[in-house]
Amino acid sequence: MTTMAMATRDSTTMIRRDFKHTLRYPGTLVMSLGVPTVLLLLFVGVFGGTLTAGIGGAHGAPYINYLVPGILLMTVGYGASTTALSVNGDMTEGIIARFRVMAITRSAVLTGHVAGALVRTMVSIGLLLGVAFLLGYRPSAGPLAWLGALGLLALVVLALAWLAVAIGLLARTAQGTGPFVLVVQVLPFISSAFVPTGSMSAPVRWFAQHEPFTPIIDTLRGLLLGTPVGTTGIVAVAWSVGLTLAGFLLAMRLFRRDPRP
Amino acid sequence: MTDSAAIIATGLRKSFGAKVVLDDVDIAVPAGTTFALLGPNGAGKTTIVRILSTLIRADAGDAQIAAHDLVRAPHRVRAAIGVTGQFSAVDNLLTGTENLLLMADLHRLGRSVARRRAAELLAKFELTESGDKLVATYSGGMRRRLDLAMTLVGDPAVIFLDEPTTGLDPRSRRTMWQTIRRLVADGVTIFLTTQYLDEADELADRIAVLDQGRVVAVGTADELKRSIPGGHVRLRFGDSESLDAAVRTLGDGVPDRDAHTLDVPGDGTVPVLRALLDRLDTASIEVVELSVHTPDLDDVFFALTGTTKETVR
Repeated sequence: MTTMAMATRDSTTMIRRDFKHTLRYPGTLVMSLGVPTVLLLLFVGVFGGTLTAGIGGAHGAPYINYLVPGILLMTVGYGASTTALSVNGDMTEGIIARFRVMAITRSAVLTGHVAGALVRTMVSIGLLLGVAFLLGYRPSAGPLAWLGALGLLALVVLALAWLAVAIGLLARTAQGTGPFVLVVQVLPFISSAFVPTGSMSAPVRWFAQHEPFTPIIDTLRGLLLGTPVGTTGIVAVAWSVGLTLAGFLLAMRLFRRDPRP
Repeated sequence: MTDSAAIIATGLRKSFGAKVVLDDVDIAVPAGTTFALLGPNGAGKTTIVRILSTLIRADAGDAQIAAHDLVRAPHRVRAAIGVTGQFSAVDNLLTGTENLLLMADLHRLGRSVARRRAAELLAKFELTESGDKLVATYSGGMRRRLDLAMTLVGDPAVIFLDEPTTGLDPRSRRTMWQTIRRLVADGVTIFLTTQYLDEADELADRIAVLDQGRVVAVGTADELKRSIPGGHVRLRFGDSESLDAAVRTLGDGVPDRDAHTLDVPGDGTVPVLRALLDRLDTASIEVVELSVHTPDLDDVFFALTGTTKETVR
């Protein structure tokens, strides 16, 4: 077998392992779907009226149309938290040590986690979009724009998944992944996810406009609502590719170093 | 011997920060034998296993496992070895069978071969009934057995067992010993670490005593026992009169008045025994029974490492 064929086979084995975990504990999937769903209901049902009136002038549409891209990104964040935890579990439970002393493609276990995260999160996104449609979400995107939006989401999933793998490898305990979880869950709040950045106080606005989630959310919103995206799209893709690369290199570097005594 | 050596390591050194963990360690294990690395906690046993199993790199030194160089051909080394560590490396979220099938997939066995192998190993390790249960529900002994079963999926030629019975109850310990003996009978080379002297004595062809990162003695259990003083000859007499007469005649030894025995210091070599019996014969004292007591491995261990008994037991 060639090295490439071996790597593919080992990664496939590891992806299958990741699926088995998800199917055995659907609780993690439900949890990572639950919070975004509750937020969706909360913001649409409780704040929806006021917020439609508040930002309706800019978009002339129900608030849910504005809200959904941010909620989708939160779903990605929750999915990544799951990945960080399961990579960390593999490290602390010693199974990664077993994989490391086997004649297999060494990074296959990480590839498995990332590929598993990609499928799991895209399924979550599909389910969440279903809930959003039921609540009255009416995007006006054509097939091409939908493809672009889902493509960008997949890229963001990859970026956060590789970062999650790195965090999972880095943390000594499950609790150690906490800061990462906090960051991916709080960043959307300080972005254009719930309200336009223009209405924020100056320092918060500066931060919100320069963090990666804002251009990504703005691009998704533009694609799904059929409004012009402009250069924001390029910024969003650049952030996603950059974070994917940074996460991947960091994860590989952490994985290659000698494990702790 | 060199061409049939399963493990050869020379001059292994490893430090973690300023702490020297291994200091110039040499190890040679002939193929098909059991080698035990005996030492107290913190002696560096696990570090040696981690280095020889390609998990971490040594700071200096060379090693060949199954004729493959540890540094130049780690992938070939990995293909030849199996490792069962101190803490079971099993997937808690899968069942026992799934764990074994995962290993089979990673060893690239076909579907039907994998199924058969998994069933065989479950039977061999008395896990058949629990095969479809989640590993998270297994007891410590079951997890350890599954761990070893997973190691065996790839038919390794050399198996590293890092403290395989630490924390097991006496029965599980016996079962593990039997399993190890069966593996040796199948021609597998075993590299075992242990802090239990009786375990090394029971299983190992050769034993190296490791203390603070250095090998302080190597040999068979008997060689090690003979290497230190502390042996005695036990003489048993028919009655207390004979015992008292013997004490007067020899002027040495520790009598036990209830058992009518006298422990005389000295090794069990023939000249020593002959001289002893001659003296008793001359004094017309009849000896009912004679036995030679060489030091046990405990004595060896304490003599070599200067560790107190409490810390190893």
